[in-house]
Amino acid sequence: MGYEINEEKVFNSGHAACPGCSEALALRFILNTLGKDAIAVVPPSCIAIISGPQPLSSMSIPVYQTTLEASAASAAGIKRALISKGNNHTNVVAIAGDGGTYDIGFQALSAAAERNEDIIYICLDNEGYMNTGTQKSSATPSMAFTTSTPAGKLSPKKNVPEIMVAHNIPYMATATTGYPDDLARKVKRAMEIKGGLRFINILTPCLAGWGIPDSAGPKTSRLAVQSGMYPLYEVENGESYTLNYGPNGLSVADYVTTQKRYRHLLAEDIELIQAEVDHSWERLQKKF
Amino acid sequence: MKADSNRLLLSGNHAVSHAVKLVKPNVMPVYPITPQTPILELITEFHAAGEMTGEIMTMESEHSAMAAAITASLTGVRVFTATASQGLLLMHEMLHYAAGARAPIVMFNVNRTLGSPWGFWPDQTDSLAQRDTGWIQYYCENGQESHDTTLQAFRVAEQILLPTMVIHEAFYVSHSMEAVEIATQDQVDAYLPEFNPPHRLDPQIGESWGNTVSQIMFQNHRRDMGDAMERVLDVAKKADQELEELVGRGYGIHEQYRCEGAEFIIVTMGSMTGTARDAVDELRSEGLPVGLLKIKLFRPFPVADVREILSGIPKLMVLDRNYAPGTGGILYQELKAALYGLEGAPEIHGYLAGVGGTNISPANIKEMVHSAMGEKPVAHSVWKG
Repeated sequence: MGYEINEEKVFNSGHAACPGCSEALALRFILNTLGKDAIAVVPPSCIAIISGPQPLSSMSIPVYQTTLEASAASAAGIKRALISKGNNHTNVVAIAGDGGTYDIGFQALSAAAERNEDIIYICLDNEGYMNTGTQKSSATPSMAFTTSTPAGKLSPKKNVPEIMVAHNIPYMATATTGYPDDLARKVKRAMEIKGGLRFINILTPCLAGWGIPDSAGPKTSRLAVQSGMYPLYEVENGESYTLNYGPNGLSVADYVTTQKRYRHLLAEDIELIQAEVDHSWERLQKKF
Repeated sequence: MKADSNRLLLSGNHAVSHAVKLVKPNVMPVYPITPQTPILELITEFHAAGEMTGEIMTMESEHSAMAAAITASLTGVRVFTATASQGLLLMHEMLHYAAGARAPIVMFNVNRTLGSPWGFWPDQTDSLAQRDTGWIQYYCENGQESHDTTLQAFRVAEQILLPTMVIHEAFYVSHSMEAVEIATQDQVDAYLPEFNPPHRLDPQIGESWGNTVSQIMFQNHRRDMGDAMERVLDVAKKADQELEELVGRGYGIHEQYRCEGAEFIIVTMGSMTGTARDAVDELRSEGLPVGLLKIKLFRPFPVADVREILSGIPKLMVLDRNYAPGTGGILYQELKAALYGLEGAPEIHGYLAGVGGTNISPANIKEMVHSAMGEKPVAHSVWKG
């Protein structure tokens, strides 16, 4: 995409993420793009752990740790207080996991989108409650193993990116850590479009939860895009769709066979997921 | 009526809205619920008419209203919200969070029965069930008191850095029209200093809030909250006195009514106080040495004051318009605990009176006094109408 990542040191080394963690990588590009004139809201999640225990912090900006369901409301409260003091420049960003976004935090997020609160909301989506030891969330994809779906999840992943688009928010993008320039550019774009809720869903492969080697985060992220499981695109004002990276000939089998959470799948199971992915891609393609 | 009078015929709820207008909160996250809604409606009307500035946030739930109230407060601005009943319960998690964050939010709660089953009636169980959340709690008996106490609440909350709940009951107070003397803007500006806390969410300062802490850090934080609660007693008395100097109306943090020479004291909280006052007048005219103690500041509970006032009084009768199944009336429990071990402590009759909003008349109260006078109290709450 030709975007040059411009990093201001906001996210620091010495944080508590697992070695090779995709979320730490995502946080680096998010926070270092946002810069120091920002306040972050973080609910319980691996992000909170990475942020650091009192009195330490891996982030050189104020971080407010809120409750699991309240990220969007908490971020909106900060933004409105800043506006009431005449501060229209400080970016307020909520950074939550998929449990805190797709499940328990969705009501507050949808409402903040409806009010078009002037905040950036970023979901670090690792497709499950990984901080509590890999339980199913509504972001967990079909048939994936979690400790609360030991035989595999029986329903597909909730399509929160499209639900957010349906709120007609000024900006919605999907991103993932295997495409850091694209990810950082989207954060920058979100910052440029002020005056409403901007949402970015970032797929962050979880090494422990997905059962992949420490070094496999970025590679798995790229496979998700290339297999069509997770296309990268952005939408402005609920209608202007742009495709950034889509499937390039790889199959679902190429993606799932590298992850232990899918190791119970039979060939026909993989075919079912492939059919689901093909159908979703067909529907999405019509929008570009 | 004098031409320059600031006296208006207002419902209890609208008396609160007028107070909020005068304190000029920066952020007001709101969510409707009967019987609180008229508070927010008048605020949004003032706002739409340009008589109030600040940010109104029309939230999708009370939980989010309190979540936004906390962060707005921690960003260093004055915050108000209001709720009732189920809404207060939905906020419960965030009430603890607010107190832990030392966010000096002022919230008005209109007492209403809790489901299930549904009801819309005055009953103090909703707010009394929040007594352990770390919020300061004031109970008011009429619109004038709610107006004045709302002003005091901002003063106390922002000085102590603890959230403060001001409370009156559904309909008996919230929707009853009475003449209310509205404070003037000059009076309120003189009374309330600007809120400009040194610790706040601000990139220029860089401080964070909420990260995980060690066991001892947690314990120390709780102890600090306890110390702050203890300071409330004096700060609240002073806030009341100083408002009285400006507007000519004071309440104390509790009120003794005709307690001189009393051998029997009725203890109440909220709207039942007015009824009990009438009953006391009638009993006194019958020659019975009966007085009344109204608890206004319930959290922190004024233990030392209560022990001093009630020492040597032979009998108390506590009226609870609330009910905690398994233990009974909550004010009754609090009083028993406060008086434990006191030399010359009174016998205490705990009566559940008006639970679910049933009407308690002065005649009912007189009847209860007469029967209590002739009986030994039992060790638990007794149902009375």
